[in-house]
Amino acid sequence: MRNLFAIYSKELRSYFVSPVAYVIAGVFLFLSGYLFRNILMQFNWWCLQFAQRSQMMGAQGMPNLNLNEMVISQFFGVMDFIWLLVVPMLTMRLFAEEKKNGTIELLMTSPVSTAQMLLGKFLACLSLYSIIVALTLVYCFILEAYGSPDWGPIFSAYLGYLLLGGAFIAVGVLASALTENQIVAVLLSFGMLLMLWLIDWSASFAGPTAAKILQYLSFIQHLQDFQRGVIDTKDVIFYLSFIFFSLFLTTRVLESRRWRR
Amino acid sequence: MIEVNSLSKYYGEVAAVENATFRVEEGTVLGFLGPNGAGKTTTMRILTCYLPPSEGSASVAGFDVVEESMEVRKRIGYLPEQPPLYGDMTVLSYLRFVAKIKGVPGGQLNGRLDETLEKTGIAHHRHTVISHLSKGYKQRVGLAQALVHNPEVLILDEPTVGLDPKQIIEIRELIKGLGNDHTVILSTHILPEVSMTCEKIVVINEGRIVGEGTPESLMAELKEGESLRAHISGPSEQVQPLLQGIDGVVEVIGESGEEEEEMIYTVTTVADQEVRDELARKVIDGGFGLRELRPLDMTLEDIYLRLTTEEVSA
Repeated sequence: MRNLFAIYSKELRSYFVSPVAYVIAGVFLFLSGYLFRNILMQFNWWCLQFAQRSQMMGAQGMPNLNLNEMVISQFFGVMDFIWLLVVPMLTMRLFAEEKKNGTIELLMTSPVSTAQMLLGKFLACLSLYSIIVALTLVYCFILEAYGSPDWGPIFSAYLGYLLLGGAFIAVGVLASALTENQIVAVLLSFGMLLMLWLIDWSASFAGPTAAKILQYLSFIQHLQDFQRGVIDTKDVIFYLSFIFFSLFLTTRVLESRRWRR
Repeated sequence: MIEVNSLSKYYGEVAAVENATFRVEEGTVLGFLGPNGAGKTTTMRILTCYLPPSEGSASVAGFDVVEESMEVRKRIGYLPEQPPLYGDMTVLSYLRFVAKIKGVPGGQLNGRLDETLEKTGIAHHRHTVISHLSKGYKQRVGLAQALVHNPEVLILDEPTVGLDPKQIIEIRELIKGLGNDHTVILSTHILPEVSMTCEKIVVINEGRIVGEGTPESLMAELKEGESLRAHISGPSEQVQPLLQGIDGVVEVIGESGEEEEEMIYTVTTVADQEVRDELARKVIDGGFGLRELRPLDMTLEDIYLRLTTEEVSA
C-alpha cells in the first residue's frame, strides 16, 4: 500500500508541476464550455418555439421539454468524444517516459510489485481525470440556478463517466507500456479507443451472435443507460472487467522483460 | 555475498554474457573491467533483477535473482549507466520517493535522507530541481538514490563517466569509503579507476571473463616486462644495435619521428630491471642526442589486448 501510494503521489504531482494538467484541464473546459453554451442556446430556441406554438394551438398535446434529456444528455454525449481525444494525452507518458529516461530501471529494480506500480499510475491518472470531470459540475449548477434539472440521472451519468474514464485510461496505460515513444503511445491508444467506440457500427452487418458480441463491446452502448439515470450492474461489470483485463495485459507486457530469457 | 554461476545471457543469437562465474565476498569493492559492449551492463542488470539470465544462476545475499527477486531488490542499490532521475522533481523529493519505494521505514526516513545528502555532498542542493543540476551533481544524486536505503550491496554502472577530473576523484573517494560497510560492484573501462578503488578485479571481454584477481596480482601476472619510450637523434643503423646491446633489453622497435634524423624507439625490458641510466649514458657516449626518455605505463589497452591475445593463443 505504501509503495502504491508513493508512486501514486509522485505521478499526480508530476501532472501538476508540469503544465500538462493545466493545459489539458484548460483546453477541455474551454471546449466543453463552448459546447455547453451552444447546447443551452439551442434549448432556449426550442423553448421559445414551443412557447409560441402552444400559445397558438393550446397547451394540450404538446410534450414537455426535458432539461435532462435535451441539454445534459446531449452535453455528455459530446463530452465523451472529447475525452476520447484527451485521455491518450494523459496516459502517454506513464510508462513510455519512464522507459525513455531509464527510470523504469529504478522502478523495476526496487522492491515494488508490477501491480503496485501500475495501480499507482492508473489511479493517479484517474484522479486527474476525475478532478477535471468534476469541474464540469459547474454547468449543472448553472442549470440548477435557472431551471430544475433532475439530479438522479446527472449523478448516474457522472458515475458512468468515472467508469468510462477508467476504461479509457486502462487502454492508454497499456499503449504506453508497449513503447518508449510517446507519439506511438498516443496513436496506439487513439486507434484502440476509436475502434472500441465504433465497434458496434459493424454490428448491423454481422450475424446475430456476432452482432450481440460487437454491441456488447461498444463503449457508448454501455454509457447510454447511465445517462438516462439507469445504473445497470451489467454495464458496471462491463467497464470494471474491461479495466481489469486491460490492466492485466499491461502487467504482462511490463513483466515480459522478466520472463523473456 | 554475490555469487554468479555459469551465467549466460543471449539476445536472440547474440551472446552478451557467456558462462560467467565469479564471487564477491562481503565488504569488498569489485571492479568490473572491460571495453564498451563487453557485457558489463548486462551482468549488472541480471544481478539487479532487471533482466533474467538465459542460463546459469546468480544470487545476492543468498537469494536467487529470479526466484526471490523481491528479497534481492530490497538489498541492492543500483546506479544504472544513465542515472534514473526525474528531472521535474527536487533532489529531496526525488530521494524521498526512492526511499519510500525501497522500503525505508517512515521513522527513519528523514534521518536516512539527511545522511545520504551529506555523504554524497549534495545537501546544499536539496531543494534544487534535478534538471537544473550539472552532470556531476546529477551523477551524485544517482549515487544518493542507490545509497538512500543503506543497502547491503551496491551495483554501480560506470559511476564516474562524464565527470570532470575533480569530481571523479571525489566520487572515487566516496566509493572507496563505501567499501567498509557495503559490498560494491562497479563497472568501468578506466584502469586507474579500478586500481585506485577496487580490491578485486574481474576483466570481461565479449561476454567472457578473461581475468580475475587483485589489481596487483593481475598487473604482475600480465606485466612480463616494462616498456620505455625514447626519442633519439642519430642514424638508426647505429642506435638500434646500441640499444639492443644494453643488459636487460628484450626488444627494440624503432619508428621515424617528426624531425629528420630523429627516431622513436619503444624499448621493452625485463621486469624489475632499471635500464634508463645505462641507456642514457650509452646514447650520450655514442654521440647521439637523447631528446626524451620515459617509462610507458601499462594501460587498459595493454592489459586488455594481452588478455584477449592470450585467450586466442591458448
